[in-house]
Amino acid sequence: MATKAQSRMTPLKLFSYGFVALWLIIAAFPFFWTFWGSFKVQADFLSKADWMNALTGANTIEQTGSAFTGAGYHGAWVLEDFWFNFKNTGIVVFFTVLISLTFGTLGGYGLARSGFRYAFWILMAALVFRAMPHMTLVSGYLLWFFEWNVWGILPTTIIVLVAINQPFTLWMLHSFFKNIPKDMDESAMVDGCTRFQAFRHVIVPVMWPGVITTGLFSFLLAYNDFTVAVMLLSEENETIIPAINSFMGTTQIEGKVMYAVAAVVSATAPLFVLILFFQRQIVSGLTAGAVKG
Amino acid sequence: MKHRTFFWFILPTLSAMILFIALPIVSVFIQSLFVEHEQVLLVSESCGPFGCTPTTTVDTEATAKLQEEQPLGRFNGLGTYINRSHLAFAEIGEAWANSDSFGDFWAQVYNLPFYSALTFTLAYTFIVTPLVLALGLAIAVGVNNLPRALKGVAIFISLLPFLVTPLVGSLILFWMVDGDGVIGATIQRVFNDPSLSLKASTALTWTMLMVYGVWHTLPFSFITFYAGLQTVPDDTMEAAQIDGATKWQRLIHVIVPHLMPLVSFVTLMLIMDNFRVFEPIVSFKAEAHAQSLSWIIYNDLRESGNPLYASAGATSLITIILAVILMSPVLVRTWRDFTRKSH
Repeated sequence: MATKAQSRMTPLKLFSYGFVALWLIIAAFPFFWTFWGSFKVQADFLSKADWMNALTGANTIEQTGSAFTGAGYHGAWVLEDFWFNFKNTGIVVFFTVLISLTFGTLGGYGLARSGFRYAFWILMAALVFRAMPHMTLVSGYLLWFFEWNVWGILPTTIIVLVAINQPFTLWMLHSFFKNIPKDMDESAMVDGCTRFQAFRHVIVPVMWPGVITTGLFSFLLAYNDFTVAVMLLSEENETIIPAINSFMGTTQIEGKVMYAVAAVVSATAPLFVLILFFQRQIVSGLTAGAVKG
Repeated sequence: MKHRTFFWFILPTLSAMILFIALPIVSVFIQSLFVEHEQVLLVSESCGPFGCTPTTTVDTEATAKLQEEQPLGRFNGLGTYINRSHLAFAEIGEAWANSDSFGDFWAQVYNLPFYSALTFTLAYTFIVTPLVLALGLAIAVGVNNLPRALKGVAIFISLLPFLVTPLVGSLILFWMVDGDGVIGATIQRVFNDPSLSLKASTALTWTMLMVYGVWHTLPFSFITFYAGLQTVPDDTMEAAQIDGATKWQRLIHVIVPHLMPLVSFVTLMLIMDNFRVFEPIVSFKAEAHAQSLSWIIYNDLRESGNPLYASAGATSLITIILAVILMSPVLVRTWRDFTRKSH
């Protein structure tokens, strides 16, 4: 029901449109630029002489005969075995999400249905734990993991990521389960179910929207993690993000920068697809904790 | 729910948090009380034709044995906390006594690694957070005015910088502002100074890191505020309009107060995340001009072959205490809300 006064073009409105447009360009341009540039040679991507080279690919044509080259991708995926890091990331992310959600649903359901005072203290403790910088926690693990000989392997990293993920998962699923009416599981219990049976047969079938939203954020945490993986994984078990960082450290030689660029684009692609399919869930998850207070 | 049932539901998640979040904090404290072993030295006399000279060699075997028997090192009490790399009380006292102006004193304090990292971390947190709040609100209001079809696209594009891996996102920007990159080279041309580099000065490095910080976290505040805008009651807006409030007045007096609970939530999240700033410093290779608390812990632990557990532990514990202090207003408020509800 836009009235005439609301739809009129005022300078304020014009300014706010311009502002949004500017933000969208700033948000999207770096991705577009890097994606386009990943198909060029280094002399074009990082061209001191003329930035137009990165668009036209003058040096790329000179060196490879075509305006686009997959040399960076070939270098990263085939020569530097980047697929191996992708496999490690796959394992870490899959198990982190799976275990986080299992622990989180049980705990979140318990917290939502118990009126005990200590349930509140558990949530408060989780909030404090959520604020701990990950690097401080890692500095607490390192010595012991070396002592017990569990440093460098994937299961250790998975367990640590699950634990770091718990405070957030617990808060989200707790507020989600609070919105499922108590009557549902309680009537099942009146009918003779135990608490676990009521959870299993009444709550589990209706919990998937909340679990999927929470799972997306667990996925993001595990996939984007650098701090834990770089300190706790040995070189042969590296996931993609520390691998990209070590590309940067060792490949100052001409051309190898493009391996890193290609790796960066490859690492961003799954996130792009994720946003494409789950935009609605991500937005609702971001705001779930906030709007409900 | 019975206490027993509750216990089994909460057990997995609680044990994960106790084992891998609470215990490491204790471990960090214990580590910080010890310090690395000194190397075991062997003094032997080597006699040659021109007399005997005592030579000192490191007994690697004994050192390794000692290391294995007591992996924590030797007890040092709170010594690590007050040494030069951490709180440095002696150095600060000296700087206070020797400096004739506050600027001079500050310059000396800033040279101490811990205080330099603390300054950057706090500056980053308290500059990026308000900027992100204000700009996020402006974009949310702007997008809310857009035609329906464009809103989805705007949110899709906005999500990219937020969800991208921090290390990767900052690398993408790094390649652009690098001396040979599109923005870096253009700036050099504009100022006609081929040696101008964003990495060369402290001020420019800090600006670059903060610009990245705003770029990366802006979508979070934008989307939260945008969701909040959908719940602004139409009646109140109309009433304000009828009373003659301009668009700007409605924004300040109706919309902003309505969003206040969201603002405190977003502020809490932003402070938590900005306080642990780490990846952009690695990506931008900015450590010469900007170090954060997380970064100096990382640097201690990365010391090849011989991580400085004590030093990292001390910095970690101070960082944890600071993080708790920063979020204490919110904790107190949540607690008050809870006790009010339960009575």
